[in-house]
Amino acid sequence: MTSSKNKRMIRILTHIVLVIFTLISKNKRLFIRVLTHLVLVIFTLIAIYPVLQVVTISLRPSDKLLSTSLEIIPQNATLKSYVSLFIDQPFLLWVRNSALISLTVTLTGVVLASMSGYAFSRFNFIGKKIGLLSLLVTQMFPATMLLLPLYLMLIYLGLINSYLGIIITYSATALPFCIWTMKGYYDTIPISLEEAARIDGCNQFQAFYKVILPLASPALVITGLFSFMSAWSEYIVAAQILQDTQLWTLPLGLKSFEANMSTEWGLYGAASLIVMVPVVLLFMILSKWLVSGLTLGSVKG
Amino acid sequence: MNRFYKNIFIFTFVAPAFIVLIGVVFYPFIYNVVISFSNMNLRHIQDWQLVGPIQYVKVFTEPTEPNFYVIFLKTIIWTFVNVFFHVVLGVFLALLLNQKIKGKGIYRTLLILPWAIPQYIVALTWRGMFNYEYGSINIVLTKYLHLPAVEWLKNPTEAFLACILTNIWLGFPFMMVVALGALQSIPHELYEAADIDGASWYHKLKNITIPLIKPVMIPAITLGIVWTFNSLNIVWLVSNGGEPSDTTHILVSFVYKAAFNLYRYGYAAALSIIIFFILLIFSLSFMKKTKATEAAY
Repeated sequence: MTSSKNKRMIRILTHIVLVIFTLISKNKRLFIRVLTHLVLVIFTLIAIYPVLQVVTISLRPSDKLLSTSLEIIPQNATLKSYVSLFIDQPFLLWVRNSALISLTVTLTGVVLASMSGYAFSRFNFIGKKIGLLSLLVTQMFPATMLLLPLYLMLIYLGLINSYLGIIITYSATALPFCIWTMKGYYDTIPISLEEAARIDGCNQFQAFYKVILPLASPALVITGLFSFMSAWSEYIVAAQILQDTQLWTLPLGLKSFEANMSTEWGLYGAASLIVMVPVVLLFMILSKWLVSGLTLGSVKG
Repeated sequence: MNRFYKNIFIFTFVAPAFIVLIGVVFYPFIYNVVISFSNMNLRHIQDWQLVGPIQYVKVFTEPTEPNFYVIFLKTIIWTFVNVFFHVVLGVFLALLLNQKIKGKGIYRTLLILPWAIPQYIVALTWRGMFNYEYGSINIVLTKYLHLPAVEWLKNPTEAFLACILTNIWLGFPFMMVVALGALQSIPHELYEAADIDGASWYHKLKNITIPLIKPVMIPAITLGIVWTFNSLNIVWLVSNGGEPSDTTHILVSFVYKAAFNLYRYGYAAALSIIIFFILLIFSLSFMKKTKATEAAY
């Protein structure tokens, strides 16, 4: 049976090769176009396959969680994992914890960064250069560089297992990035706009919040959403600071499904998908701006 | 504006962020330096004392299994292989997408997907895909390619390879998006002029495309190297904390383990600082080189 299968494979392959050769000889342009699509389709499949895998896992019935089939929609597909996630698991608690922590980090980051970024962009003051440089340097810290001392500090302050503790730690990574991005964006807004506002009788502060801040709203939205998403998706730090299951964030909850011996694949798949979809959508919308922000910052730096 | 008023304005704008930064970045950093010169560990968490550069000496000389040099070498391999494939795949796909083809937007959107998914989900999902019996990678290998199954997560080399494969998959979209942005800013006239001169695609790539995307790619590559060197998530979660028996570590995961699994605080602090200086020296020299290339235009 295998030999007949192989023969058929060989015949199909010969046909493909023949078709390709005819195409080359007849129309080089068309051939290149087909090849381009072929390569793009292959890479796209590789890019989306793990996501499809998560979908498949989340739909499998509980007796077929471990399966050697590669079907995308499994046999007897069921939504039971999703139901059980909301009813039997503290999924909504994790969502609430994650949302609370991420929102606080974002709000602090955006408020502080929108103000200090403006000062960094518009004025010269003592320590400005050093300040900006040190913000850049923090991006080279290995994760443990701040995590370890912060962790020990939180132990002394009794803030392990608290929202405040994790919020402080996340701010340490989010704030430098937010300030840097905001400064980069303010740099692109011409200073003549403020001068015009000043001539019209605004003082410096009014010029900032009436003229410049509205113009910088895209940057505000982007820095905000990115610090939100980074806090929303963070596992390593949370694993050290939040040990109380009542305080767990989504990543900790999801990881707990992946225990060493008996992974709850169905629950893991369902939860991953629910967590992933909004973040992925946001990211798709924002990716263009993120890249221009990053390259802008680094070119100017 | 009078000077006094201006100074007050600057102060009120910078001070809040500055105070927070002192609390969450500068003070912890100094504290980390202090710990690195101390004997702090699980036994001496309250009554620790400064002991000089012993921890630094330990980092370089202690015969841990594996030792510092082996892990450092692995980190360099890890960083080089990852960034190399990120850039090559990224630029290659960007070149394909920069033509007039149907469905460009759809391809672009779907190809960004690996970057958009939270990293811990990526890592845990790939860990599942590398499973010996039920993982789809082995199923494809055995059922469709008739190759022997691979024990991805049990052998040192294969487990490290699994981490690298996951990270390559994760990182190429960033470089692709950056390269695509750079490609779109190249004026068409250059290619038209080259066509008139009868240049081949290879010459156009070498003499127009690559020099013109370089100023954008080099900062992105610097960033990519720093990120990859420091990327803890993938290694930690795919290999489940360095399994099998600490053979898959790169420097950051090794120091994370020293700090939070072995409670060797002084040692971990010293190693953090060493990693930081490695990256700092690298980035400074790399940026200097970049400036040199910028001056060439």
